[in-house]
Amino acid sequence: MAALGAPLRTLRALLRELRHAGGRSYRDIPAYRHVLAAFRAHRVTSEKLCRAQQELHFQAATYLCLLRSVREHEALHREYHGRGERSPQEVAGLVGFRLPQQPGGKG
Amino acid sequence: LWWARTPPAPLPRPPPAAAGSCPVGPCGRRAYAPPAERKRFYQNVSISQGEGGFEINLDHRKLKTPQAKLFTVPSEALAIAVATEWDSQKDTIKFYTMHLTTLCNTALDNPTQRNKMQLIRAAVKFLETDTICYRVEEPPALAELQKNEWDPVVTWAEKRYNVTIGSSTSILGPNIPASTKETFVSHLASYNMWALQGIEFVITQLKSLILSMSLIDRHITVEKAVLLSRLEEEYQIRRWGNVEWAHDYDLCELRARTAAGTLFVHLCSESSTVKHKLLQD
Repeated sequence: MAALGAPLRTLRALLRELRHAGGRSYRDIPAYRHVLAAFRAHRVTSEKLCRAQQELHFQAATYLCLLRSVREHEALHREYHGRGERSPQEVAGLVGFRLPQQPGGKG
Repeated sequence: LWWARTPPAPLPRPPPAAAGSCPVGPCGRRAYAPPAERKRFYQNVSISQGEGGFEINLDHRKLKTPQAKLFTVPSEALAIAVATEWDSQKDTIKFYTMHLTTLCNTALDNPTQRNKMQLIRAAVKFLETDTICYRVEEPPALAELQKNEWDPVVTWAEKRYNVTIGSSTSILGPNIPASTKETFVSHLASYNMWALQGIEFVITQLKSLILSMSLIDRHITVEKAVLLSRLEEEYQIRRWGNVEWAHDYDLCELRARTAAGTLFVHLCSESSTVKHKLLQD
């Protein structure tokens, strides 16, 4: 089995991600309620090694990884890759030049 | 899966919004600006159950695939996750972040039109060029790292599936016996078509059949699988430094896609029942 750590930690991190993704009404998001319900349902068991519980925990950890990496990827994209090319004026401005003005256009 | 990245077009396209930073040069030529993205055109995302499975509703409109089929998924948890993806789009819709939706579209449309056997063969073919079977001889630190990190996974796979795989430093790669391939073929045949699309996707992302199987069998986490897949890159990063806009970008994207693929496989191949035990006093 994968080394996952405590289920509670995964649950809290997952709920935090969903809260950020959701906005104000995060408690109404179906995913939020589904995750909480699933964790509650698998809590009460008399078996020491509950396979379904571990499966659920793995799924929760995977979903957490998905949400987290999508958020980080989007942030990186916005920061580094989202702006397109500079215009000729901006490029000239980088080294302190200005483009020549040609009244009446070229040619 | 670039072919699956075509955006769904259930509605007539709104006119593209003019990009903000788009100054016009002196000769009237426009500098390149990123293509305008579709704005979020819906307020609420909800799920409903139809005959084929669960459907997604954007406001009152039903979501459709790129080939205009009705978007139905067999599992409620998967539908909820897809709905969350759509709901978490602010202002503009970024299709490159919606990996689960893309996977569902691929499974529903099957744009490459492969049947189950072709998918399985494509997946098992990856074993011949499996990343963790290809070892380097130098630098010795990297060779050692590969041995320490990858050998346990190969051993696990050999034990779990009762096969011989081995590793090799030659350019031709390891010699995989036919019985090994047949074992994997018959193992993969036990998954349904949807799960197989997901498995093939994960294998293509991680470039390794063995890592994908150990991930799907829950032997390692997504983060660990991605780390093992990128072992040489991580080694070079540790040696030469990290470049955020390239390394971290690729890392996050790979993690997102692998996590989506794994979740997709698990949600498509599970069936959960709740048995209530009576409390005995």
